Amino acid sequence: MQQIDQLGGKMKLVIAIIKPFKLDEVREALTTLGVTGMTVTEVKGFGRQKGQTEIYRGAEYSTNMVPKIKIEVVCPAALADRVVEAVQASANTGAIGDGKIFVLDVGQAVRIRTGETDVTAL
Amino acid sequence: MKHALKIAAGVGAGTALFMALPAWAQEAAAVVAPTPAPTVDKGDTAWMMVSTVLVLMMILPGLALFYGGLTRAKNMLSTMTQIGAVACFAMLIWVMWGYTMAFGDGGNGFISGFGKLFLSGVTPESTAATFTEGVAIPEYVFICFQMTFAAITVALVLGSVVERMKFSAVMVFAAIWLTIVYFPIAHMVWAGNGYFFEKGALDFAGGTVVHINAGVSALVAALILGKRIGYPTERIVPHSLTMTGIGTGLLWVGWFGFNAGSALEANGSAALAMINTFVATASAGLFWMLIERINGHKGSALGFCSGIIAGLVAVTPAAGNAGPFGAIILGAVASIVCYYAVSVLKPKLGYDDALDAFGIHGGGGMIGAIGTGIVYAPVFGGPGPADFDMGHQLLVQFETVATTIIWSGIGTVIAIYVAKAVTGLRVSQDVEREGLDLGEHGERAYN
Repeated sequence: MQQIDQLGGKMKLVIAIIKPFKLDEVREALTTLGVTGMTVTEVKGFGRQKGQTEIYRGAEYSTNMVPKIKIEVVCPAALADRVVEAVQASANTGAIGDGKIFVLDVGQAVRIRTGETDVTAL
Repeated sequence: MKHALKIAAGVGAGTALFMALPAWAQEAAAVVAPTPAPTVDKGDTAWMMVSTVLVLMMILPGLALFYGGLTRAKNMLSTMTQIGAVACFAMLIWVMWGYTMAFGDGGNGFISGFGKLFLSGVTPESTAATFTEGVAIPEYVFICFQMTFAAITVALVLGSVVERMKFSAVMVFAAIWLTIVYFPIAHMVWAGNGYFFEKGALDFAGGTVVHINAGVSALVAALILGKRIGYPTERIVPHSLTMTGIGTGLLWVGWFGFNAGSALEANGSAALAMINTFVATASAGLFWMLIERINGHKGSALGFCSGIIAGLVAVTPAAGNAGPFGAIILGAVASIVCYYAVSVLKPKLGYDDALDAFGIHGGGGMIGAIGTGIVYAPVFGGPGPADFDMGHQLLVQFETVATTIIWSGIGTVIAIYVAKAVTGLRVSQDVEREGLDLGEHGERAYN
């Protein structure tokens, strides 16, 4: 409990939407920071980046949705800023469509196998 | 099957008439003397057996994958199952009353006699004439070869009506359509006493009988059936062009049985059909991508596959009736015409020919059938005689095409409305939205 208090006793959820081919670089950057786990989902969405046009035998469809990867990382609150920095640095190509990062507070965490809670469960 | 065949039932029938190729008509005209019993060559027989199963491969899995990949994932099994089921139904109908209607003895220009109902009188010793005097193949092989043509033609029609037509309706339609449309037209064009055969119409492997017939019927069926829910505003795109690509390859390979097999012998005519089936198709596949580029688009995989099929369709009537360079031109022209048929004509007219059965088989078939009357000429490297009368030939080709269009159009109206009366024709809106795989067959293609 002592250690958790030092870390602020809180956790943050960092959600990053990134370009799919940047996943390996982001994972490496986060592992170096000491992040011990993450959840990755293939998603589609749109922001400022334009979608593509598909044509099938002359029938045109413009798709607004661009495929992206969503990474979810729960980390001790004190680590959150560095996680954000690391994702921002490693997922950056400088081109439109690099993605976004969101940071949310996490109220509780439980490791299912042992019942450990909060930061020790991460 | 170029032109067809008098079937000599039984070995003893030494009086079999042999139909001469138009190319040889001049020399052959004098030869009318009775011929001895035809001999069955093992090489010809083996080739025709292989050709027959190659055409089966065009249907399953070729056409099933080609069409299936073009539909949405929720209708994959429905599309494949409809194709397989109507093909099987066609095989059974063929041996019951189809063969005798198309190629039985006697009859008139429009239909054969009914003496071979349920293959009455056909034995392992029965033979069917080829295009060479005195050479025959076992009649059972000829029956099987022609059976696969009936099966694939009715399956092709389904390309325009998938994703919304009931399975039961498809089966009722198939039985009636084969009986009143396919069998008479096959007879008219290919049987020895057929109306267009006697006029000298050139249709080596089925440009009119198979492709124009299927294409026009597909258009009429789609018009009666109506559009799919959401067409053309919603996003309706092929679910797996990978499958379509595999189907394209299987169709092309199988088409060698279809075209080169139509020589009915393993000979030079089959060889000509073979090389044309290579080069016309190659030309058409590339030309479709080229025309896409000219229209400011990217050369596409679906365009490539569509071009391949358009080329195969167009070379079908010309396979043994053109030289390789005539075939290349024919493939290119068919590809360009079909491109505009599916990407400009269809949206402009607003009909929902789901998988472009009319655009590609109807369009390519007409280009092929008319074009055959041109590339047959020796100036284009074709096998026609030196004094080939192109004007007359084109007239015959036009007449055959026009008759096929009218006949298949009217026949399809009848067949579709009977299917509607018996089955209701179209699935419910709920089934259509959820997909015919689940609604009609109780399965999903992908789990």
